[in-house]
Amino acid sequence: MRRIPLSALVGMTVTGAFFLAAILAPVIAPYGMAEIAGDVWEPMSSKFWLGTDAIGRDLLTRMIYGGRTTIWIATLATILSFSVGSILGFTAAVMGGWVDQFLSRMNDLIMAIPSLIFALVVLTVMPVTTTTLILVMGLLDSTRVFRLSRAVAVDITVMDYVEAARLRGEGWGWIIFREILPNALSPLVAELGLRFIFAVLFISTLSFLGLGVQPPLADWGGIVKENKEGLVYGIPAALVPAVAIAALAISVNLVADWVLNRTTSLKGGRG
Amino acid sequence: MKLHPVVSLLVQRVALGLLLLLAVSVLIFAGTQLLPGDVAQAILGQSATPQALANLREQLGLNDPAYVRYFRWLGGVVQGDLGTALTNGQDIATAMGGRLWNTMFLAFWAAVIAVPLAITLGLIAVRYQGRWPDKLISAVTLSTISLPEFVVGYIAMFLLAVKFRVFTSVSTVYDGMSFADRMSAIALPVIVLVLVVLAHMMRMTRAAILNVMQSAYIETAELKGVRPFTIIARHALPNAIAPIVNVVMLNLAYLVVGVVVVEVVFVYPGMGQYLVDHVAKRDIPVVQACGVVFAAVYIGLNMLADVVSILSNPRLRHPK
Repeated sequence: MRRIPLSALVGMTVTGAFFLAAILAPVIAPYGMAEIAGDVWEPMSSKFWLGTDAIGRDLLTRMIYGGRTTIWIATLATILSFSVGSILGFTAAVMGGWVDQFLSRMNDLIMAIPSLIFALVVLTVMPVTTTTLILVMGLLDSTRVFRLSRAVAVDITVMDYVEAARLRGEGWGWIIFREILPNALSPLVAELGLRFIFAVLFISTLSFLGLGVQPPLADWGGIVKENKEGLVYGIPAALVPAVAIAALAISVNLVADWVLNRTTSLKGGRG
Repeated sequence: MKLHPVVSLLVQRVALGLLLLLAVSVLIFAGTQLLPGDVAQAILGQSATPQALANLREQLGLNDPAYVRYFRWLGGVVQGDLGTALTNGQDIATAMGGRLWNTMFLAFWAAVIAVPLAITLGLIAVRYQGRWPDKLISAVTLSTISLPEFVVGYIAMFLLAVKFRVFTSVSTVYDGMSFADRMSAIALPVIVLVLVVLAHMMRMTRAAILNVMQSAYIETAELKGVRPFTIIARHALPNAIAPIVNVVMLNLAYLVVGVVVVEVVFVYPGMGQYLVDHVAKRDIPVVQACGVVFAAVYIGLNMLADVVSILSNPRLRHPK
């Protein structure tokens, strides 16, 4: 294990802090999630570190709980998209033939519609619950993972050790999980970071449009929506989630960059 | 008669695009009609009476099989009849006309500013690769990528409309507005859209040119003593046209999505606002119609990108 560069360390620390705050939200939040603790849009003070929101709830508390919701949904959606996307992608690469053709063309078809538009179409008829959101986001995003994992796996399936496994008479399951997955892990891990960030941006956008996490549950996109009227009066409460989203996005990117660089140098620049 | 290979390639590509559009229309239709859950129930809510549900099903023709409904809908769409909105009974095509024009107007100006700017910045980044202008451009673009569009929108609004009062925070446009007024009203959304697509476009342009810069003829030009900027502009850029056009088209397609959010932020009366409003009201015909229009623009731009890259390839234009 070589030394971890400073940027990756910073990224890991900040990302870790976000996740820790999300997990420990009920412990570290100074007030209750929906508790009206003060006046409307109070400025920052020792009592309210970030001020209060449009109906007098502590903004820091809302941010911590909001992060919990946003990160939770984004994490589950990412796990779903990676499970579905990579298993289907590997299957397409290993099986080849019409299975590959069918899966790839279906994937192209879904990718031909912008994700946000497709999500909006689906959310018109589905009840907007956390489960629906995770399913819709995860499945739509799995198309991107499918592309990547298929491309990576196609390179690996022609390797001698995969052929050896085939000649040994191993089943598809063994080839996918024991031969391809371990060798395709590094590029997928780097992609994991980017997909997670995309999921955070996606859920925030949906909530901002009023079609994501429903109140009184807090989430970062929703906090922008709840406090946007204040901006016109010069109250920057709606911009606080922006800082959080940007910090999380950049720190995850730093880690992903490091993982990607590490993989490229391991494989002699092929990635 | 034997067609020129480029022509047959183009015909193939366009046919493929149309086929894709047809498949997408099936998918959008299926997405709203065949999902678990009853459409009538979704519209009226849990407390609807059985009679009301039955009436609505009758009115929407929900008792017909799905494929009959699809072809009826598709037949209408092909003839420009997008149906009527459930919520107010308005003709969708009429309601959409003006909004589509507004959205195109916004996207057009964003593209006019963003495309040359992105390519110029990409060229500068390549010229000073690894030095401070490159690093500065990379850092700024990376941070705009890390923010969702609506956040960029509110930051711009907070700074330019509230703190410094350069522009208005709400983009109201109406018929009979003078061109100058209209431009000043859409200034903020255009700035935000430019920022959103600029980063991707510039980074991909930079990557495309850097890729060409590794070719042997670039080294020859360097050894001949050609000035660095001339090398990039005269030798690298023409050979990077196809990837750059692809980048531009991809980002214009992305603009289509960005527009949805930006319109909501600035309360701009366009397609995006129309779509989002009607998703919340669960107005399925409107959402279907908007979905097909957005998908058509998206697929059309991607198709155009392929067409341009086929045309810009001299090996295809002048076959042996």
